[in-house]
Amino acid sequence: MVNTENSKSGTAGQTENRLSGLYVHVPFCRSKCLYCDFHSVVSPAAIPAWLDAVRIEGRLYKERFHIFDSLYIGGGTPTVLDERQLAALMEFLTEGFAFHSGSEITVEANPEGLSRQKLKTLRDLGVNRVSLGVQSFDDGELRYLGRRHSFKQALEAFDILRSLGFANVGLDLIYGFEIQSLSAWKKTIDRALELDPEHISCYQLTFEPGASLMKMKTAGCVRPIGKKLETAFFIWTSRYLERHGYLHYEISNFARSPELMCRHNRKYWSHVPYLGLGPSAHSFQAGRRWWNVRSIERYCRLLAGGNAPVEDAEVLSEEQLDIESLALGLRTKEGVSLHAWRSGSRPATPLEEARKSGLVRVDGERILPTRKGFLVADSLPLMFCG
Amino acid sequence: MKEKQVRNFSIIAHIDHGKSTLADRLIQHSGLVNERQFRDQILDNMEIERERGITIKSQTVELSYTSRSGEEFRFNLIDTPGHADFSYEVSRALASCEGVLLLVDASQGVQAQTIANLYAAMEHDLVIIPVINKIDLPSADIDRVKVQIEHELGLDADQAILCSAKEGVGIEDVFEAIAGRIPAPSGDAGKNLAALIFDAHYDVFRGTIVSCRVFDGKIRPGDIIRLMFNGSVHKVEEVGVFHLNRDPGEELPAGWVGYVIAGIKTVADIKIGDTITLDSNPVSSPLPGFKDVKPVVFSSLYPISSDEYPSLVDALEKYKLNDAALAYQKDSSAALGQGFRCGFLGLLHLEIVQERLEREFDQSIIMTVPSVQYRFTLLDGNTVTVENPQYYPDPVIIKSSAEPFIKAMIISPERYMGAVMKLCLDRRGSSPKIAYPTPDRVEITFDMPLAEVVFDFYDRLKTVTQGYGSFDYELLDYRESDLVKLDILVNGERVDALSLIVHRDRAREWGVQACERLKEEIPRHNFKIAIQGAIGGKIISRSTISPFRKDVTAKCYGGDITRKRKLLEKQKKGKKRMKMVGSVMIPQSAFVSVLKARDE
Repeated sequence: MVNTENSKSGTAGQTENRLSGLYVHVPFCRSKCLYCDFHSVVSPAAIPAWLDAVRIEGRLYKERFHIFDSLYIGGGTPTVLDERQLAALMEFLTEGFAFHSGSEITVEANPEGLSRQKLKTLRDLGVNRVSLGVQSFDDGELRYLGRRHSFKQALEAFDILRSLGFANVGLDLIYGFEIQSLSAWKKTIDRALELDPEHISCYQLTFEPGASLMKMKTAGCVRPIGKKLETAFFIWTSRYLERHGYLHYEISNFARSPELMCRHNRKYWSHVPYLGLGPSAHSFQAGRRWWNVRSIERYCRLLAGGNAPVEDAEVLSEEQLDIESLALGLRTKEGVSLHAWRSGSRPATPLEEARKSGLVRVDGERILPTRKGFLVADSLPLMFCG
Repeated sequence: MKEKQVRNFSIIAHIDHGKSTLADRLIQHSGLVNERQFRDQILDNMEIERERGITIKSQTVELSYTSRSGEEFRFNLIDTPGHADFSYEVSRALASCEGVLLLVDASQGVQAQTIANLYAAMEHDLVIIPVINKIDLPSADIDRVKVQIEHELGLDADQAILCSAKEGVGIEDVFEAIAGRIPAPSGDAGKNLAALIFDAHYDVFRGTIVSCRVFDGKIRPGDIIRLMFNGSVHKVEEVGVFHLNRDPGEELPAGWVGYVIAGIKTVADIKIGDTITLDSNPVSSPLPGFKDVKPVVFSSLYPISSDEYPSLVDALEKYKLNDAALAYQKDSSAALGQGFRCGFLGLLHLEIVQERLEREFDQSIIMTVPSVQYRFTLLDGNTVTVENPQYYPDPVIIKSSAEPFIKAMIISPERYMGAVMKLCLDRRGSSPKIAYPTPDRVEITFDMPLAEVVFDFYDRLKTVTQGYGSFDYELLDYRESDLVKLDILVNGERVDALSLIVHRDRAREWGVQACERLKEEIPRHNFKIAIQGAIGGKIISRSTISPFRKDVTAKCYGGDITRKRKLLEKQKKGKKRMKMVGSVMIPQSAFVSVLKARDE
């Protein structure tokens, strides 16, 4: 375990972890994947207008966010932007905002249409981490998921990244769909392990309300695999990757070492400030959370008219911050501090019950979720609150 | 000017035969309210009464009427509660009348409760006016109903009035019949005061409003009255009659029905059925029929969350102001914390109290399994009375135990006799007697333990007779019985609120039932829950709620966090409405479910 003694913040206590994170949402994709409910459009026509709008939006927050130590360009598919557009975006961000030295700068990339040139451009722009949307190393599965790339393309993309000197590459994988057997999933994992990536995200397929998959489910074309199999896949994945030296540090995230945990994402889970630019992006600072309109058109129009593209905002009460800390903390390996209960009354009975049932461990002053606890992380916080 | 003539009457009917609708129509017809003020079922003014369609608290209203022959009348309509739990109140209300309208549905005809009501009215020697209601229904069969009235009720069917309260047809005939057939009240205003208390309400500003029927003498403001039950003395501040609202007057003379305000603090200070007389000039003996009604069903009441206890104390105090029948005292439970042990007239009364506390006083409460009052004779010769399973004596020192028995009277169409017999025998009924009050109807009488009827007997009876059975009971005596205490354990922790005293032969059945019920009611948790029924240290039944395996959502970034928190906040609110036993969340419904639904 990392830093259990010194951490007071709820997650590991590296000081740089308290610096803000910057997120840019690139709402463009070549095509929509079956399972995705993120906001994105297929036509690249609006990219220039979006880019202008992001620049205007960024300037709105210049005074309110002083220094960042992480940048995450996600989407959508950021690599839909051409090299010139990527450069324009990066230049604006690095010139417009201050970044701490050694910042983590991540770009999400899809294997299709990833040229060596584009990746080289990214590297030269300062990107030091790439999250590669591999999803599966099985072409049949990739087609099922509506992905446009083949597993060979993913391998090629990975090789290019390594040859360009990217020393921090993460692979995104999806599991738990009807046509996938456990042995097929193992094959995907094994292929990933052969590449020895620094980070692996394994997302269990979710039927998001807005995604096409949900419509297909409603229409009876696809079925969820059921809780029993979901459980088996989850436990197996966790055990297998830990056996291969990966740290299961969040429900869906594995890192080869503590330093390789995604710094940016961890800010979401520990109430560290972050600024999100782009349509549907969320921001958080000093107990206030706000989020942008989802539509690109409205986003651009609002900014062109000199308005913040904010859809809504909330100011969190102490109680709300507590409940979030609890819920978010129990999704991570660091768990939560026993001191986190502001009321002062320790939840002795539920803690005992959770411990007895193997859902958590208690280590010093921290409550740490076990693998079994991870599986019920949605209801686990409820045991300790109220 | 000529004095108005007085008529005092009630309406009695089987449920749903249109009692409230007729009352409304009479009120409307008498011009007491205009169309705009008119609200359907004015007399049933409590929300619950409206919903359940039953009258819980009786109401009285005075109506003016000028007969066809030009005579002026004041009619006092005394509404009566409609459930066996309140049969004493009904009897006092009827004692205040000279006549009743016996309402029969034109399509359903004579029903069990029609007969039971008729018996009650006859007991008070009241004039009975049969009224056939709902004649507008396509399914109305007036001739058949007339035959029933003639043969099953033994009344003169030619005297029956045809009406449709809903359509306002025949209302004038009803008024004429009240004026013409119900006798004027006898009584002598010159004699010593004797007035019967048949109801009481609480008013925040005035204290207790006593509803009474003056038999002899008169009551005037300034009089010093004496309540004969306890000899307490009060000065009358105001008298008057009810015109939906109180209408003060100079006096209440013999024969009148009205209200008295006399600085009486709470309704608990008076007794229904008591006699009011003048302190200076009392009558020698009270009016007949007084009973000090004692609670027969007991249950403890706890706030869902212990910090709501003060608010519950407050709510109960306020509630009690208006419900003299409710008795309560402090109680505490290891599982549920601080609460109250309450005594009720019956299970319906219990449910009403629970609902009203929740709705009108915004309390979230848990009620424990109802119990009757048991008697234990100990080896040292002492006798203890126990109505709370918590105080069940150590079994090794019990010499004998006894429980209250009732005489259960059921009237039902003959075709359900077998089902009714089986139900009663299953409930430890004995000494059945069968009578045929009418050709195709049976009256079945059983001696039964009270404990067997307090849970869901009436519901079951309605089920097995498809709604055609009526039920009434009176307490008999205590009889020896082999009683044990059944405990329920949730994850090894005894939930004292679920313990109950039960006959040994029924214990296993109860234990299994309780475990199954709880298994259905307690939601799955993320850990395993064991539910056990135990007598002493011996487990007699068990069930297990297996944990759910997985509920985690894969992603939790930007927008997911707010969504997740909102869901948690909602669940947390839901949890507040649950009772925690250890870390098992037990929904309120579980406590009630244990005593319901013994599916036979």
